[in-house]
Amino acid sequence: MAIGRNPIVVEHIRKTRMTELLSKGNRLSGRGLLEYRPIKIETGLIEKASGSAKVSIGNSQVIAGVKVEMGTPFPDTPNQGLLVVNTEVLPISSRYAEPGPPSEDAIELARVVDRGIRESKMIDLQKLCLIPGKKVLAVFIDVSVLDIDGNLFDTISYACTAALATAKIVQYEVSGEEIKASEEKIPLPVKTIPISITMARIHDALIVDPDLEEEAVMDARLTLATDSDGNICAGQKGCPGGFTVEQIMQAKDIAIEKGKENRELLKKMTGIA
Amino acid sequence: MTTLINEEGLRVDGRRIDQLRPFKLEVGVLRNADGSAYIEMGKNKIVAAVYGPKEVHPKHQTLPDKCLLRCRYHMSPFSTDTRKNPAPSRREIEISKILREALEPALILGDYPRTAIDVYIEVLQSDGGSRCASLTAAALALADAGINMRDLVVACAAGKIEGKIVLDLNDAEDKEGEADVPVAIMPNLNQVTLLQLDGTVTREEFKTAFELALQGCKTLYDAQRATLITKYFGKAEPPQQEAQESQESQEE
Repeated sequence: MAIGRNPIVVEHIRKTRMTELLSKGNRLSGRGLLEYRPIKIETGLIEKASGSAKVSIGNSQVIAGVKVEMGTPFPDTPNQGLLVVNTEVLPISSRYAEPGPPSEDAIELARVVDRGIRESKMIDLQKLCLIPGKKVLAVFIDVSVLDIDGNLFDTISYACTAALATAKIVQYEVSGEEIKASEEKIPLPVKTIPISITMARIHDALIVDPDLEEEAVMDARLTLATDSDGNICAGQKGCPGGFTVEQIMQAKDIAIEKGKENRELLKKMTGIA
Repeated sequence: MTTLINEEGLRVDGRRIDQLRPFKLEVGVLRNADGSAYIEMGKNKIVAAVYGPKEVHPKHQTLPDKCLLRCRYHMSPFSTDTRKNPAPSRREIEISKILREALEPALILGDYPRTAIDVYIEVLQSDGGSRCASLTAAALALADAGINMRDLVVACAAGKIEGKIVLDLNDAEDKEGEADVPVAIMPNLNQVTLLQLDGTVTREEFKTAFELALQGCKTLYDAQRATLITKYFGKAEPPQQEAQESQESQEE
């Protein structure tokens, strides 16, 4: 499996054309530097999951499912539920993805997405506690990557957010040591909608939503996640190249502005308030 | 125990005993794969992808005279009622093997020596009969990839619930019922490429179940062919004449 070590080879002449265009503010695909490819979000298609979402950004396509189970809390957080984000880059997704244990890149991908959701405090984990120190709800978000065409960070992150925000879980009633499942289904305690924005630097140009070809030539990558209040809640810089301080400041503003746009889009497409 | 067949002879989901669940077939659903297909069969939602013919890795598995066929059946963690561990289980490994062996006779592997074809099947949501639905989708994905084939492969199960032989078991019927008989055939060559039996049936019941499963396969085969014709010739319902012609040209 190789997604960070991009297996796509871009011809020199095409790369030159790409950087030429970028210096004039254009991209090979005809998109603007700060323009996303079409984003599609479908929710609730896996009836067996508490929540699910299929998200595509351009040709990248992933599906996320939410499962809720009873679990034991960690000893240092006895009154908090558990949240686990797991990403599988399936071999169906690319000729370079192979079955077997996840690669370094796949692990980075899963952990960055996990951080975006965890650190934004999207889910109020205290409300998932049933009996402090003994029984809590464990929320599993599993993501299956179906098709790869760049920017999996955002595609996966939007799928997780959409699946969590539309999930309906069984309500439990606790009396003493007894836990009873009620007929009622309730939404998860969602506090904020985190949105990640992934940017790439190619020479001096900063672009959002790099496709597979752009990822193959990019010098550096930066993912920043923001919450509903416009605070930055998670970040990850990737690839061997660097950013100047000015570029980081510019990226921060892009992440907040674009984040606002994509959050509205996600809310509209999932029908959440 | 709940009743699986009511007094009117209808099953838990309202079907007659010889009726398939509603299904949907699609081909060419993934961009990166050389061939792909999607199937919905009841609550089953399965996507199949084919990569190849391609170079063999690891190299020592290379076959000098034909193509190496590999198959992976995998269930997403959210596909089942309780979360499934994403690591392949013994069940998934066995199913991967029998699916590969069910597909292999349909492929003309001698046309691609020293290469490999990978068939990847991902169950996004599972219901009863996911191996049959997987096989039907995998055959479509192989055809979509343009692999030389002798015939399509199509699969369907029959089973025994409350003493009656019924077609295409769903999850509840599979768990509570007495027997399950998945069957896969190459319809034009009239060859059975997969047969399993899980449960006890009499000699007569076995014959009835087997024949019923074949009937189910026939319906699905027509749908498989229509899906491919729509994709490649853009006609929803091919005229009978043309369908026969294409069949003849296949035989040539």
